[in-house]
Amino acid sequence: MYSKKVMEHFTKPKYFGKINNPDIVGRAGNPRCGDLLTLYLKIDKKTGEITGIKFETLGCAAAIAASDMICELAKGKTMEQALNITFQDVSSELGTLPPLKIHCAQLVTEALRDAINKFNSK
Amino acid sequence: MKNKKNSIKRNKKRGTYLDYAATTPIDAIVLKKMMPYLKNEYGNPSSLHLFGQKTRAAIEDAREKVARFLNCLPSEIIFTGSATESDNLAIRGLIKSLQRTKRTGEKIHIITTTIEHKAVLETCADLEKRGVKITYLPVGPDGIINLDDLKSEITPETDLVSIMYANNEVGSVQPIEKIGGIITEENKHKEHKIYFHTDAVQAANWLNCDVKELGVDLLTLSGHKIYGPKGIGVLYLKDKTPILPIITGGSHEWGLRPGTENVANIVGMGEAIGKIQSTKREIQNKIEKLRNKLIKNVLKINGARLNGTNEKEKRIVNIVNFSFMGVEGESLVISLSEEGIGVSTGSACTSHNLMPSHVIMAMGSSELMAHSSLRISLGKYTTDREIDYFLRVLPKIINKLRKISGR
Repeated sequence: MYSKKVMEHFTKPKYFGKINNPDIVGRAGNPRCGDLLTLYLKIDKKTGEITGIKFETLGCAAAIAASDMICELAKGKTMEQALNITFQDVSSELGTLPPLKIHCAQLVTEALRDAINKFNSK
Repeated sequence: MKNKKNSIKRNKKRGTYLDYAATTPIDAIVLKKMMPYLKNEYGNPSSLHLFGQKTRAAIEDAREKVARFLNCLPSEIIFTGSATESDNLAIRGLIKSLQRTKRTGEKIHIITTTIEHKAVLETCADLEKRGVKITYLPVGPDGIINLDDLKSEITPETDLVSIMYANNEVGSVQPIEKIGGIITEENKHKEHKIYFHTDAVQAANWLNCDVKELGVDLLTLSGHKIYGPKGIGVLYLKDKTPILPIITGGSHEWGLRPGTENVANIVGMGEAIGKIQSTKREIQNKIEKLRNKLIKNVLKINGARLNGTNEKEKRIVNIVNFSFMGVEGESLVISLSEEGIGVSTGSACTSHNLMPSHVIMAMGSSELMAHSSLRISLGKYTTDREIDYFLRVLPKIINKLRKISGR
């Protein structure tokens, strides 16, 4: 059902966990679809670079893999660059998700944008 | 320590199958009996010559075995392609014939439950779009309907009551015999008869399926839940129950299920059903012990909850359903699969759907707990060692997924 890449990021995620004193927290998901996602970010205030990012995700294998992937994609980028990451980027980096699971990729980009928008409006 | 490692390796390689409610492995003897009809006995049962006569005889022999199991006449047995088809034929076929006799302005009314298998639920939902009135009876936290609810929903319009015998996700057993009694009583003074259908797919291995004692007019069975082949279903149809075919064609199965008979599968169905009675008690006792061990140990895990009842009379022995706080069901199933263990979230038929289990939700659970449900179903080949292995692996995976979810 899942590609090798999805299984890799699901079984051995690198970015799960909390960041103590994060600069910003982004959230997405709802209990109805069963996926709840939190992103913790550390931001370099001068350059706007995302220097640290971690996730906590309650969800299916695809949601966990997509969470790990968004962290990988966003780390080291400036917030401006990170805003350009699309769900297609996440999905194709994972070697495409099953059609029913595309919403997982949308969920993780939503959480990232939620974080960045919160930071910018602070 | 080395032994433990070896046993982990062995279990991982061979696979630990704990999903008997999804499907059962085929019994070796059943397969053996089927083989001639996949090889040399190829005659069309409708042919008049000797080739056809042989396969016709095999079908009628299987029909008798099924009839004996249900305590009915062989002429009341229809072979179909699946239990889903049987459910469709029962409901749609009956409604189709009743629609012809109903007077204008009169509505067809079906009473069913919120926890039926999709084969019944989606069929009712489809009929609802075509103007049939459907009443869905709720269930309690034990997954069982309240008989007073049923009584109060029966109206002069009611035509059909379709209630499953044992639930496929949590194993709860509906009081079919009592429901049959209520309907028989109602029918004494009703202008037109209420028909009673039950989907007995998950019940067949464990519960009394004597159609006379149950008081049912229609009953569904499946081959691949009783160690028989996939692609075979049975519909018991009480004599004189008005029904029309839902597909059209030749006169096979009394014209109610046109299409050349699947001889090998029918033979397999007969063999599989014939074996149930003689081995039932022994298997039940064995599984009861494994079940108790499973429940006792799984509930030791923090935040684990048993969905449904553990009261012996209210559930079948082989299905157990848990929810684990802070863990999502699908990721649990995939993680267990990586360790060689086959279990499922709700039912296999709903695993490609994003909605939380409609059964667990109907029992009053929150969405998050319904999303975290895990069904473990045991069978006659389940061993103590498999349960041990499962119990060793499960807590580790739950811990890991909770670390990821932060809950």
